[in-house]
Amino acid sequence: MDVHEYQAKELLSGFGVPVPKGAIAFSPDQAVYAATELGGWNWAVKAQIHAGARGKAGGVKICKTYNEVRAAAEGMLGKNMVTLQTGPEGKPVQRVYIEAAEPFDRELYLGYVLDRKAECIRVIVSKHGGMEIEEIAKSNPEEILQVIVEPAVGLQAFQARELAFQLGLSIKQAQSATSTIMNAYRAFRDCDATMLEINPLVVTKDDRVLAFDAKMSFDDNALFRRHNVADMHDPSQQDPREAQAAEHNLNYIGLDGEIGCIVNGAGLAMATMDMIQHAGGTPANFLDVGGGASPDRIATALKLVLSDTNVKAILVNIFAGINRCDWVAKGVVQAAESVDIKVPMIVRLAGTNVEEGRKILTESGVKLITAETLAEAASKAVEACEAAKSAA
Amino acid sequence: MSILIDETTPVVVQGMTGDKGTFHAKEAIEYGTNVVAGVTPGKGGGRHLDRPLFDTMKQAVKETGAKATITFVAPAFCSDAIMEAADAGIELICSITDGIPAQDMMRVKRYLMRYPKESRAMMVGPNCAGIISPGKAMLGIMPGHIYLQGKVGVISRSGTLGYEAASQMKAEGIGITTSVGIGGDPINGSSFLDHLALFEEDPETEAVLMIGEIGGPQEAEASVWIKENMSKPVIGFVAGLTAPKGRTMGHAGAIISAAGDSAAEKAEIMRECGLTVAPNPSEFGTTVAKVLGA
Repeated sequence: MDVHEYQAKELLSGFGVPVPKGAIAFSPDQAVYAATELGGWNWAVKAQIHAGARGKAGGVKICKTYNEVRAAAEGMLGKNMVTLQTGPEGKPVQRVYIEAAEPFDRELYLGYVLDRKAECIRVIVSKHGGMEIEEIAKSNPEEILQVIVEPAVGLQAFQARELAFQLGLSIKQAQSATSTIMNAYRAFRDCDATMLEINPLVVTKDDRVLAFDAKMSFDDNALFRRHNVADMHDPSQQDPREAQAAEHNLNYIGLDGEIGCIVNGAGLAMATMDMIQHAGGTPANFLDVGGGASPDRIATALKLVLSDTNVKAILVNIFAGINRCDWVAKGVVQAAESVDIKVPMIVRLAGTNVEEGRKILTESGVKLITAETLAEAASKAVEACEAAKSAA
Repeated sequence: MSILIDETTPVVVQGMTGDKGTFHAKEAIEYGTNVVAGVTPGKGGGRHLDRPLFDTMKQAVKETGAKATITFVAPAFCSDAIMEAADAGIELICSITDGIPAQDMMRVKRYLMRYPKESRAMMVGPNCAGIISPGKAMLGIMPGHIYLQGKVGVISRSGTLGYEAASQMKAEGIGITTSVGIGGDPINGSSFLDHLALFEEDPETEAVLMIGEIGGPQEAEASVWIKENMSKPVIGFVAGLTAPKGRTMGHAGAIISAAGDSAAEKAEIMRECGLTVAPNPSEFGTTVAKVLGA
């Protein structure tokens, strides 16, 4: 799960990471009011979306008057912001964050990731803050410094100190950086984060470090014990179909193809998409209905897939293990009867009680195309999709 | 021979008295698995499915000599159950549970390291379909009847894609020594590499099929190991050719987030390391047949 910048900063601040003074606003009026409350004559107005690269897309404005703050907020709120990381459809801006801008000397990079290879948390720092880490890795690979955290004891102060001094900071600055590296680590660990990026971490003119930006992602599997994080969920930043799927505990990811997929199991779902492409078609979505492919779940999945207007054909691929095929077949038939399906539907069943399952499908009178193998299902789906397109 | 389990392996089921535990323990027993006990804290002294129940893993191991365990424990408590099993001296821990926090798994892996290599438990999963040695024993949730006993080892991250492979192989008349589901999480108890090494040593296994997914370094690491150490032919596949970057495809671990994570890149590494890559997921059976016939 992702959160907004201001939410990440709120969490980090609770762990003692220094952040600029700021306030959230849902309207231009609130933005101006926030600026007056924060005081001073320099503010950053920042669009809150679940994506980076906002600066280049006009999502961060430095303002020197209340009128500028108002204009900046008006320019962002209610708009769809497209950045290099949002995809062409962009993300809606419903909140802006107003921050008191502070002068600074240097911009650093501080990041934490869950390292799958080393199976522990990795801390990454660099002198070249303000750039994407991928860019730094390309232009200055030797200036990316990293330490691995031993899971049994956690990050040690000496590790943080080594990083701070390697960044070439003065003693005073290094003290501030060391405690910030330690505190951000505690936030990462205690909130079950999977990614934390403070970029830039700036060094102020009076030798403090300050988190100017913050990005955090969290482990969905751990949300049950992180209510404060779970409460930060903002469905507006999600594709509406994906949000709807999540409500039904279905795993759906929208793509831009034409053949809707309903499959049990994530690996088989990916393989089914691959098979469609191999047969010359394009998958419209990834959808894993999970182990218990009950009639209800299949009906919900069907409605979801059909709500995508690009879908010209549907491929249902269920490999029944513990669920028997006859039961799954009944589910498909019930779902097909309850949902108005205007596109051809191809159903492939395999596994336990497959003969009974196929019999139920053929005897049901529901208009569908059956297939026995994955290859046959994919090529029939592509054929049906092409036929539907040329008929239209 | 098979790897990890056979009909003699004494198995304890952690969480046997729950709905899922009961259902799958029953299936395992019917398949021929030597299930010797169940563990549910607070139910010790009782019986379930005609097997004794214990409060702790230590008691179960002491009384029954169990060597393997399968966990049907809720995600919030599963890392604890795994560490309890390791501490009780269990040799093989199979965790079906889906939804264990990644940091819990990090701690589990670190905990297992406290035992010397010779006595360290092998962990399979979490979020996997389990292990089956066809015709002998099943430590998982798969439909046993789709597997034919034979001479090919299978390792798969995905459960249902493993079923797909097994049924395609059965259609070609090809059987399996052991099939291992290593699971779809970012941090697994064991990797492709661990099981490849076992299959290499198993005299009955003549070839291995490994089915990977997008995300993570495991497939590439395993391919390099195969090139340097493996004498038996390996057939590979990586699902997710059509998966977009930066999106989690159902499995927490199936996400293209770094260079080398994509299906095309992994398949290319497999080819460079001498694996035969199945051209698409409907040709597992035929590709394995071709390699065996060559």
